[in-house]
Amino acid sequence: MTNALFCVILIITGLSIQFSNPSTIVKFNMAVTFHNIAGMLLLLSYLVFFFGNLFTKNGGHYVIPLKNTFDRLKKQLYFYTIGIFKNEQAPFPANEEEKFNPLQQLTYVVLMYILVPFVIISGLGLLYPEITVNSVFGFSGLDLTDFVHIIAGFGISLIMCVHIYFCTIGKNPTSNFKSMINGYHDSH
Amino acid sequence: MIYKANLRPAWLVLLMLLLCAIALILLKTSDLKPIVTTQTEKEKAAKTDFMKFKNAVENENCFKCHGQSKYSYQNKETNKNVSKRMYSEVIINRELFYSSNHREFKCTDCHSEDYGAFPHNGNLRMEAIATCIDCHGGDEKYAKFQFEQIDTGFMASVHSEKHSEDFTCWMCHDAHTYKINARNTSILKETITYDNLICLNCHADIKNYQLLTDKVNPNILQKHEWLPNQASHFTNVRCIECHAKNEDTLVVAHHVVPKSQAVRKCESCHSQNSILYASLYKYQVSSQIQKEGFVKGLLLGNSTTIGPDQSNTLNIISFIIFGLTIFAIIIHAVLRIKNNHPHES
Repeated sequence: MTNALFCVILIITGLSIQFSNPSTIVKFNMAVTFHNIAGMLLLLSYLVFFFGNLFTKNGGHYVIPLKNTFDRLKKQLYFYTIGIFKNEQAPFPANEEEKFNPLQQLTYVVLMYILVPFVIISGLGLLYPEITVNSVFGFSGLDLTDFVHIIAGFGISLIMCVHIYFCTIGKNPTSNFKSMINGYHDSH
Repeated sequence: MIYKANLRPAWLVLLMLLLCAIALILLKTSDLKPIVTTQTEKEKAAKTDFMKFKNAVENENCFKCHGQSKYSYQNKETNKNVSKRMYSEVIINRELFYSSNHREFKCTDCHSEDYGAFPHNGNLRMEAIATCIDCHGGDEKYAKFQFEQIDTGFMASVHSEKHSEDFTCWMCHDAHTYKINARNTSILKETITYDNLICLNCHADIKNYQLLTDKVNPNILQKHEWLPNQASHFTNVRCIECHAKNEDTLVVAHHVVPKSQAVRKCESCHSQNSILYASLYKYQVSSQIQKEGFVKGLLLGNSTTIGPDQSNTLNIISFIIFGLTIFAIIIHAVLRIKNNHPHES
């Protein structure tokens, strides 16, 4: 939830900086400051997540089982694209052992172990450009860092949109949002 | 069935929000105050020995009255010496004149020979004053300064359009004191200040501003409140960079556009040369940290690499991908509603 909150702040302020002009909703100076602060807080929050997953059972939810991976993904994809419209039951309903369905799991792993680390590291490189290398294969190191930051940020934004929409596929359209806040999942 | 899925302490969110609020308060107290440099050319004018100039001896006949704030003469009726204050608009500063572009000129090259007599004939006030193009137009010697192109730009400018013939070159360039800067100086900041003071001479001085209009002079600081790092922009960028239509070959653009057409997008300037910007950005951040420390100088500062990432192709691709995603979500949602299956776990 905290990660999501910071991501939303970072996406809004990030867009305000990227497409900055006087009519942007968030004023430039304020957008930069909030982006910097939210970025640092996301880093802290991510460290809690990372080490939390390393030392607690929660980390198990982020380990993709190698057995039948492709079949499991296919089943879930079939459910989301076809099955759901035929009132079929979800193939991998959330339970205590398996919090995420295979597709959700893959997305979260890409998000939390690839995109977020990339966006945090490149963000630090932009915030503190002295540590950024001057040139990589003839390209400006700062430009390249910026590019990675933008691409990773864009990827996170996309996942965020799909994620929010998929949250409406719950017991009822609001129940998953409630479980985001209180940490409990209602099954039916 | 209800089971515990994850620990998500709500108080952590509240704590983070509190930290954001504290940061905002810190930011408010660290705001930079806008500064407009008011150092004038007069203060900086070199103390030169101007009598070495070509027509200085002859010009002294004029300067002995017009070069200072008072003039003296003998009243032939009363046979008394009289001292009077010189009308400020006809005082010419010797030092500025002899460091100007026209320093080798005789006063009577432009003004009537009849000024040699005192008191001056009242009709002389009506003499036509030459503009730049009158002397410099169509002259090969001055071709590199592109006076014709400057004149075309000026004629299309908001200055010329709004005020027609009342607005002449003299409004900005007093031929007695004007010196070309942009081509000759290596001290860029001085040139920027010199050029900006030309604009501020009217736009920050109601007396001069109202020579051509009855409007109240807008407050420049307030009007530019939206501009990030206002003080820095004002001291490092010439007004005309944003307020005039730039042309590649002209060092100084004269086609001043209406304020609605002024440059207002950061990336218009900050994406022109990303390599230069990257090095400037690194310098700016390190000096900011040195001056204000890590937290205030960096975290709460306003430095950002805005610009280098503004690639149009990338923007278009990202808009297409984003648009397709939203489209797919909408289709999915519509189909779910249509199939009467609003929710599934």
